[in-house]
Amino acid sequence: MTGSIKYLSQKHWRQTGVIALVGAIYLICSWILQYNNLAGITAVPKAFAWLGTNFMPTADSMSHVPQIWTKLMQTVLLAIASTVVAAVIAIFVALLGSKVTGFNWVVQTATRGIASFFRNIPLVAWAMILLFSFKQSDFTGFLALLLMSVGYLIRAFMEIIEDEASETTLALKATGASYFQIIFQAVLPQILPSLISWVLYMIENNVRDATLVGILTGTGIGFIFDLYYKSFRFDAAGMTVLAIILVVIILEVLSNQIRKVIL
Amino acid sequence: MLEVKNLEKSYQKDKTALKDISFSIEPGKFVAIIGPSGAGKTTILRSLNQLIKDDSGQILLDNQDLRTANKAELRKHRRQIGMIFQNYNLVERLTVIENVLHGRLGYKSTLAGVFGRYTEDEKKEAMVLLDKVGLKEFALQRCSELSGGQKQRVGIARSLIQHPKVILCDEPIASLDPISAQTVMQLLKELTEEFNIICIANLHQINIAKKYADQIIGIRKGELVFDEPAADLSEATLAELYDQPVTKELK
Ligand SMILES: Nc1ncnc2c1ncn2[C@@H]1O[C@H](COP(=O)(O)OP(=O)(O)OP(=O)(O)O)[C@@H](O)[C@H]1O
Ligand SMILES: [Mg+2]
Repeated sequence: MTGSIKYLSQKHWRQTGVIALVGAIYLICSWILQYNNLAGITAVPKAFAWLGTNFMPTADSMSHVPQIWTKLMQTVLLAIASTVVAAVIAIFVALLGSKVTGFNWVVQTATRGIASFFRNIPLVAWAMILLFSFKQSDFTGFLALLLMSVGYLIRAFMEIIEDEASETTLALKATGASYFQIIFQAVLPQILPSLISWVLYMIENNVRDATLVGILTGTGIGFIFDLYYKSFRFDAAGMTVLAIILVVIILEVLSNQIRKVIL
Repeated sequence: MLEVKNLEKSYQKDKTALKDISFSIEPGKFVAIIGPSGAGKTTILRSLNQLIKDDSGQILLDNQDLRTANKAELRKHRRQIGMIFQNYNLVERLTVIENVLHGRLGYKSTLAGVFGRYTEDEKKEAMVLLDKVGLKEFALQRCSELSGGQKQRVGIARSLIQHPKVILCDEPIASLDPISAQTVMQLLKELTEEFNIICIANLHQINIAKKYADQIIGIRKGELVFDEPAADLSEATLAELYDQPVTKELK
């Protein structure tokens, strides 16, 4: 009794300690960077006011809508294509690498390593590296998104397989089913909903990221935003941002609906 | 006839999970394996169909050794051995009949199995077996929509369609309410006699083991403590098995 009370009060102090530590780290960092907290905070409303007046789309900006729309669709398609290809690659690799369906521990460890490598290089870095080889093109953006998505999806799929398919795999193994029979009759049907759910999430994510990559690779909606911005057509740039937000929200609503149906 | 001779297994060095286990079981017999948690019951059961690779000994099913089989032979052995799990281990998103038909995979070519192409006879038999376990109307329902007791009966049908000589049950009723548990045990008992199968069940409930089993095997710390007809099981033996008196459980 007293033991557990003591434990709880200790836990309380630990939590307070952690919060204090986070605060201290923030203060030290802003001191090192000579970041003026007060000025930073007071600048926020001003920045929004500036955004509001300059980036507000006007009646004129409507003329840019067709162009924005075409570029936006290009970007959305790029994101979907890269995610779908990534998903196909990832499922094969995940089957080879998971503890349940995997080959042996060498392949399993290697797969984990590769997935973590692709995942931990930031997207922007991927795009910059690939720019050297493939120049400014849609393909560069596609590849950058693909590589990063593959990293994420391999990891996610392996965990899904291990969590959701280990019991049925065991049961079918016991009936004398062969490896491929187990994969197609048990593992894939069992994990399909979670798989689709992850792919949808990755598409949403990649649409946002594709915008950023587009600025670097000079394609899609990112390019056109960059163009408007640098030529001081802030209203059109604002229109572009608005269009991106709209599409991202639509995609999210759509994929939530799909999730509801399949899960 | 199933004969286990001098089975040994250790997961880590110097820590034996099974020590010199030997027993034999005649067809048509329902056998319960009891013993404290961590005694090695699951390890024995999974060695019997080689889901766990044991270290040494012999496992003879009708005089053929499972332990020395190669991959293709092992597949043939496994299809004669059904297995029933505490958590049912069904593919929840597939229909009841698809799950039952999974029991035929061991008999099919890889390609036919991958695409789930079953013969008319297999489908008919699946329906007959579903009728037998009382789930005929549920054939086309998804397994995720069934209760625990119903899922376990699907598991039983899946093992029966294998035309098994042996059915292994690892705590088949541990997740079930008392009534469903009784239904499942009764069903296993009847099927064992009807098809002249060897049924081996790991159980934690001694009274249920006594009620349904013909033969009871007691395992303690990886060693076989007793192997005798269920009727002979005494309080003294049980006290030795669990290191404490278990009078109440026997009633
Ligand atoms: N994969 C494993 N790796 C290492 N040790 C294991 C493994 N599986 C089981 N063991 C050990 O082997 C011993 C026997 O385990 P087993 O699962 O066979 O016991 P059990 O009798 O089935 O217990 P329970 O009644 O709790 O299911 C235990 O000491 C356990 O810790
Ligand atoms: Mg066990």
